[in-house]
Amino acid sequence: MIADLPIVNYLVIDGDEPYLQATVCDACEAAYLGSRIACARCGKRTFHHRRLPSKGTVGSFTIIHRAAPSIPTPFVSVLVDLEGGTAVKANLVGCPPDPEHVSLGMAVELTTFEAAADESGTRVVAFGFVPSDRGVTE
Amino acid sequence: MRVNDPDSLWIIGVAMTSFGRYADRDAFDLGAVAALDAMLDADVTIADIEILVAGSVNQSRQYPAQRIQKLIGQTGIPAVNVLNACATGATAVRSVCQAIKAGEASIGLAVGCEQMGKMGMLGAASLGRERAPFEPRGHDGVVMPTEGLLGTGLMPGVFAQAGMRYAGLHDGVGFEQFAKVAQKNHAHSVLNPLAQYQKSFTLDEVMGAEMISYPNTLLMCCPTGDGAAATVVVSGERLRSMADDVQRRAVKISASVLTSDPWSPDGLVQPDVSTLTRNAAVMAYEQAGVSPHDLDLVELHDCFATAELIHYDNLGLCEPGGAGDFIDRGAPWRDGEVPVNVSGGLLSKGHPLGATGIANLFEVATHLRGEAGDRQIEGATVGMTHVLGLGSACSIHILERSAS
Ligand SMILES: [Zn+2]
Repeated sequence: MIADLPIVNYLVIDGDEPYLQATVCDACEAAYLGSRIACARCGKRTFHHRRLPSKGTVGSFTIIHRAAPSIPTPFVSVLVDLEGGTAVKANLVGCPPDPEHVSLGMAVELTTFEAAADESGTRVVAFGFVPSDRGVTE
Repeated sequence: MRVNDPDSLWIIGVAMTSFGRYADRDAFDLGAVAALDAMLDADVTIADIEILVAGSVNQSRQYPAQRIQKLIGQTGIPAVNVLNACATGATAVRSVCQAIKAGEASIGLAVGCEQMGKMGMLGAASLGRERAPFEPRGHDGVVMPTEGLLGTGLMPGVFAQAGMRYAGLHDGVGFEQFAKVAQKNHAHSVLNPLAQYQKSFTLDEVMGAEMISYPNTLLMCCPTGDGAAATVVVSGERLRSMADDVQRRAVKISASVLTSDPWSPDGLVQPDVSTLTRNAAVMAYEQAGVSPHDLDLVELHDCFATAELIHYDNLGLCEPGGAGDFIDRGAPWRDGEVPVNVSGGLLSKGHPLGATGIANLFEVATHLRGEAGDRQIEGATVGMTHVLGLGSACSIHILERSAS
């Protein structure tokens, strides 16, 4: 059996389709990616989980051309404003890494891809975003 | 003899080394040189100093304050080391100010020093990909390094994304406006003999340089380097007892502010470099009782060209949302409405992290004293310094020329 591990604990891959899960403050509704000990906005210590929408728009981006030798370049890093307001950072995939093809405000949606695998068959699953008009492929 | 508020704070000596690469000196040698020059400038010696606060980022674990004491004089005074990202030097100055305001000292010395060599602008060569075993670690359950897989978290990318966030919210901001910032600072640097690079470039050259992290090209990213800066601060009461010439050249610290990140939605995914800067600016203007229109020059934290552009707005130098038009109309050039980074800024002057926050005080104080030579902003009476370290820490100082 092949075991899949999400690259971070706020990516949920054991359901019917992958999604991002926010840790939300019970008191003030501040939404976090990953777990928290206390809310950085209000200090309360209880949280619940919320499934985040898979669609959003590019609120900002950069195209990285120089990085550590083990990291393939160029790649596009995007800040995506998900429907409902939560922001998330990821790679934009399935899109040429140049300013002619990446634009502020473009509609994108969540996708997943294999980031790494070891000999035992364990695969690390990462998430990214693709332009919405291209469908979810990769 | 002039009358001043006994509780006021004054810079009476300030100095910086040239920024660049010093293969034959360490960070503490550079800190010692800057400290000695600052004390010479203030007409005091180490025997007069009642507190020493020093900072470095890369050399912090070697305790620069004590290392510098061993080079300039071990007088047994309290010596403190501070570490606060790119706001380290400014935090050292602020700590001296706090000791004076608390009444523990009436004169103190702040030093920032750094040796970076050619460590690379990314400062993160070790952040490569790791392989198995894949196990979730930490509160985010991270299985493997995420740089380049879940976007970027390194400085060139963070500041590029901060700039592009602004471009998405406001009209008239794009690659060309960001590039114009770098064109301006490189042009300014030609007049500053202490700058690491003193070379002018055309806009085409800036935009055509190697792309590092769109929209920042190589000429829109600050270099790494070595250097130090230092300042001697006294209380108004202490200043009254000093020589007339020291009083005449004294520069008043009208505001000294330090902020960190308040909670903000954008801060969830990357450091929000704007909100804490805006908060610090509001506090600084109120403390000093001045408005942005009163500023004759500003030295702000242009670690990347994208950063400088958004700080025009964060510091209230331009109309809200108007940073693109501000650079397009030449407002921050040395002959413009509000000269910004006439030293050449971090982009050309260099950015030895711990030294930067005091080096910008040196620049503004030197203009207020009318001693900036070829690059003097004529008649400058009020100036602002701003530094921002990721994490984040923001420090703003407002300086005013002695009234005499
Ligand atoms: Zn809360």
